[in-house]
Amino acid sequence: MIVVRDVSKSFGGHLVLRPTTLEFPRGRTTVLIGPSGCGKSTLLRIIVGLVSPDSGSVTIDGETLTPATALALRRRLGYVIQDGGLFPHLSGRDNVALLARQLGRDAGWIRSRVAELADLVRLPTAALDRPPGAISGGQRQRLGIMRALMLDPAVVLLDEPLGALDPLVRYDLQEDLRRIFRDLGKTVVLVTHDMGEAGFFGDDVVLLGGGAVVQRGTLDDLITAPADESVRRFIMAHRLPGVATEGGGA
Amino acid sequence: MKRTGLSVLAAVVTAIGCIPCAAAERRAERVVVGSKGFTEGIVLGEILAATARHAGLEAVHRQALGGTQIVFKALERGEIDCYVEYSGTLTAEILRDEPVASAELLAQALAARGIAVGAELGFDNTYGLAMRRDMAERLGIRTIGDLAARSADPEVADLVFGFSDEFVQRTDGWPAVKAAYGLRQVPRVLDHALAYRGIDSGSLHVTDLYATDPEPQLHDLVLLADDRRAFREYRAMILHRADLAERAPGFVTALTSLAGTIDGSRMAAMNAAVRLEGRSEAAVAVDFLRDARGWDVAVAPADGLPRLAADLVRATGQHLLLVFVSLLAAIVVGVPAGIVAERMPALGRWILGLAGIIQTIPSMAVLVFMVPLLGLGWRPAALALFLYSLLPIVRGTASGLDSIPAHLREAALALGLTPWERLRLVELPMASRSILAGIKTAAVINVGTATIGGLIGAGGYGEAILSGIRLADPTRLMEGAVPAALLALGLQGAFDLLERWLVPAGLRTPRG
Ligand SMILES: Nc1ncnc2c1ncn2[C@@H]1O[C@H](COP(=O)(O)OP(=O)(O)OP(=O)(O)O)[C@@H](O)[C@H]1O
Ligand SMILES: [Mg+2]
Repeated sequence: MIVVRDVSKSFGGHLVLRPTTLEFPRGRTTVLIGPSGCGKSTLLRIIVGLVSPDSGSVTIDGETLTPATALALRRRLGYVIQDGGLFPHLSGRDNVALLARQLGRDAGWIRSRVAELADLVRLPTAALDRPPGAISGGQRQRLGIMRALMLDPAVVLLDEPLGALDPLVRYDLQEDLRRIFRDLGKTVVLVTHDMGEAGFFGDDVVLLGGGAVVQRGTLDDLITAPADESVRRFIMAHRLPGVATEGGGA
Repeated sequence: MKRTGLSVLAAVVTAIGCIPCAAAERRAERVVVGSKGFTEGIVLGEILAATARHAGLEAVHRQALGGTQIVFKALERGEIDCYVEYSGTLTAEILRDEPVASAELLAQALAARGIAVGAELGFDNTYGLAMRRDMAERLGIRTIGDLAARSADPEVADLVFGFSDEFVQRTDGWPAVKAAYGLRQVPRVLDHALAYRGIDSGSLHVTDLYATDPEPQLHDLVLLADDRRAFREYRAMILHRADLAERAPGFVTALTSLAGTIDGSRMAAMNAAVRLEGRSEAAVAVDFLRDARGWDVAVAPADGLPRLAADLVRATGQHLLLVFVSLLAAIVVGVPAGIVAERMPALGRWILGLAGIIQTIPSMAVLVFMVPLLGLGWRPAALALFLYSLLPIVRGTASGLDSIPAHLREAALALGLTPWERLRLVELPMASRSILAGIKTAAVINVGTATIGGLIGAGGYGEAILSGIRLADPTRLMEGAVPAALLALGLQGAFDLLERWLVPAGLRTPRG
């Protein structure tokens, strides 16, 4: 379980996150949605300890995040960075295996684990041995996911992990990731812009807006009982079938 | 594979770095002669070295060590055993703050430094003013005093004086003559070699020279007598380590026997043999000893192609040694300094500023500081090169690290890598291209700068270049300049290969 308590953050006087308290229950997938710039990535980066909050605290599975505990906590987290964040000097394989090697994992184990993950995310083996600059954007995203899952972390944070994939691959990968997360009981926080994806993954959707939680519930709750006008407009903008649009006049 | 590449490189450079440690030893029966960087100094050095060989010793001539300060300090430190100095230089430049009015006082001052005054060779290489012979005869001018006395004559008043910069600057040069004779002409300052051209073409009438310069004969000049003794005396005298009398008594006796053997015209003739006839200093020295003392000493090195090849191999070895030892040290210091500079920008500004200031110090000045501390040879030269290599390497490292995108730093952090692991596995490899570019710049600059080694007995291509300049001998100059240029090019190519090998493939794809 991840507990974010009274966390706030501003950048250069501009308030990005109002004091926010959120719990992400163990073994469940929570989806963060909200308009661009509302602070979704910032919240994830605070949880990983990349950005220190102005106030409040973060606790992961009972352990509070401090500079002293950050390193050990990060090794138990999988974090998929919004723009991939692959190291250009390493091949895809070396990117995925970097920490495992550093921790002294057996080379044979690493090899088979990488093969297993490549299979899972449907990454062609040829892409594994090329530098990230020489593969497609979708392949890079899949490598980013592989790297996060490499050491089988109990907690996985994903920042728009599937944005650059074509619909067919994305469809398959959504299925596979959801199966992994559910079967292995991972605690997952997933940021997405896509309402369909939000509904598919999340038993629990958190809508952020203006640096605060605007509404939390199932996707159905958000659609059928929007907490305020902003939620209604955010939902409407996705032109989901069966949801009234401005000019629809139902 | 990358890691092996680096360690092989490190091993090779370390191995090269060890060679001089073994070579620097010094044996007892060997004497080391020094000389300053001009023809006469080198001829005299060859005479001292040949005298030592005649006395049955092994002699090394560290020739053309540069200026007075460097050679005298080398003698003071016992790095050379003897050289020929001029009385005026001793009193005006070396011991100028000490009472050395008499020969006894001078000997005392030198004895305090472990130095003994040996034989005076018999000539006075003072400054002089020279004038075109035809003009001097027509105007009836034989002395500098005549120039002053006849200044009312418009033809005399309009004579054009052209002097070397050093002569105009030195207090015992033009300022002394001007004051002593009340001369009012305003001299033009120009290069010494060009002054002779001016004399030949008639655009220049009076110039400065040393009394033993061979040029007056060639250009038909007369030396004007210094009737008021405005110029100091520059009597040539042998200086040697005081302990030489115990270590090599036969040599000291032989040196003493040289007293009074070289008069001004003989010295001028020897200078002419080298400067105008192109003979080697060693051959001229051997001829002199046969002629004046009846000694038969073999000329040490043979001339011709084998010598050229042997010289080239030796100079290449010395040059590479200087370049690589200094480069290795600069990498060991510069890369960490670059890391610190990038981590702590406030400190970084100081580090880069300091490295930048070091870069602007003229190499000659660095040598003047370093020789008293480190002696002659490759050490001070390598230290100077090391200092010059720092800036490009520090800057390459700092800017390489600085250009790593923030999200990739974050990725490394988020993965749970320790600071050391982040540096080693992510940041340094990502900066490797820029670091290597800095090292390459330093190496190529070093190849050029290492020619200063020729000034202080470190050898290398600088020896040929400097003696080519000194003798106005383009062939000799090319013997140093061409291999230096080729080495710079070769090194550039080697670094391009090294880049392919060391810089990860993902960083080599063209970037913006
Ligand atoms: N390091 C920073 N310095 C200054 N401002 C920042 C910094 N990081 C984020 N911000 C600002 O904070 C706000 C929230 O950024 P954040 O990346 O969390 O948004 P987001 O919800 O993830 O948006 P998107 O959906 O576009 O990814 C933005 O206005 C952004 O410009
Ligand atoms: Mg974001």
